[in-house]
Amino acid sequence: MIKVEEIQRRLQLEIAAGEKGLDKEVTSGYCGDLLSDVMANAEPGALWFTVQSHQNIVAVAVLRELAGIILVNGRVPDEDTKAKAEEEGIPILLSPRPSYRLAGQLYGLGIGRIEE
Amino acid sequence: MRAFKADLHIHSCLSPCADLDMSPRAIVETSLERGLEIIAVCDHNSAENVGAAMRAGSQRGIHVLPGMEINSSEEVHTLALFDSEMQALKMQELIYRHLRGTNRPELFGDQVVANEFDEVEGFNDRLLIGATQLGLDRVVKEVHRLGGLTIASHVDRPSFSILGQLGFIPPDLELDGLELSPHLSPGAAKVKLPEVGGFTLVTFSDAHFLDDIGQRTTSFMLEAPNLAEIRMALREESGRKVVGH
Repeated sequence: MIKVEEIQRRLQLEIAAGEKGLDKEVTSGYCGDLLSDVMANAEPGALWFTVQSHQNIVAVAVLRELAGIILVNGRVPDEDTKAKAEEEGIPILLSPRPSYRLAGQLYGLGIGRIEE
Repeated sequence: MRAFKADLHIHSCLSPCADLDMSPRAIVETSLERGLEIIAVCDHNSAENVGAAMRAGSQRGIHVLPGMEINSSEEVHTLALFDSEMQALKMQELIYRHLRGTNRPELFGDQVVANEFDEVEGFNDRLLIGATQLGLDRVVKEVHRLGGLTIASHVDRPSFSILGQLGFIPPDLELDGLELSPHLSPGAAKVKLPEVGGFTLVTFSDAHFLDDIGQRTTSFMLEAPNLAEIRMALREESGRKVVGH
């Protein structure tokens, strides 16, 4: 099982908040910028790639039992988003790269891969 | 005709993200202290506290417009402003038919329905912070059909704004105005955001705490403090206009 921490190292992600959640296990990934879509469709244990930085992303991650949130394209979290992430232990990781590339890298590590 | 100072974007304790001290009566009292003459209570996807605020307002002599901050399917926030509680409740009925989910107060916050005497009437258990299944275009049309006004919320913010979510303002969308967040002045907005050109810009507090109320206002030149006059001011008709922020 791969933990958020290992993904953070392998994908060279910057830790913005929620460090205590780095030992969560990652079983899948999800790309989405509509909170309602993520709330309806993301699988528990997924790492979520998004451009959204509002504090409600943390509530969505808790609700769906996500492993963590990766803000893509150089986005940075609001201050209250970071505070909420610390409180809930949801890791928020940052990357200058876009969702497609990051998700591809995650898939390349075998995360959430479907054998066809 | 004279200038009326207005703050038309105030959340009450019904909004999960707003402070519990934001009771309809407390909002009215604080607005009076701050010298406001017209306010609007706009909770997320609900108008269940507007009646109490309107009654408290008429007792205390401040004009309270019933409103709502609607979250469209694109997750764009738009203020809907009405004249009567009935119109707002009709809009609410449509919203509720297109709003899924149950609130989780421990994650999103409490949603308190209060009366004009500061008493708790109950808790709303819908997911008010969620997105409705109504597209922005439909939202604008339905609000207009009921006789209301639509003002796109905090258009300069990255989250839940028309520019953040869509990247542009669809030319056929008949918005009545655009609201700027407290971070940007109308003068700066015209330089920084060319997309806002051609729209009437307003600034309101988007208050979630009592202290926020009246921190940003818009002054309208009106004959009387009502929605029809504000509509004319947004269109700059017959001498009605925005005279200050």
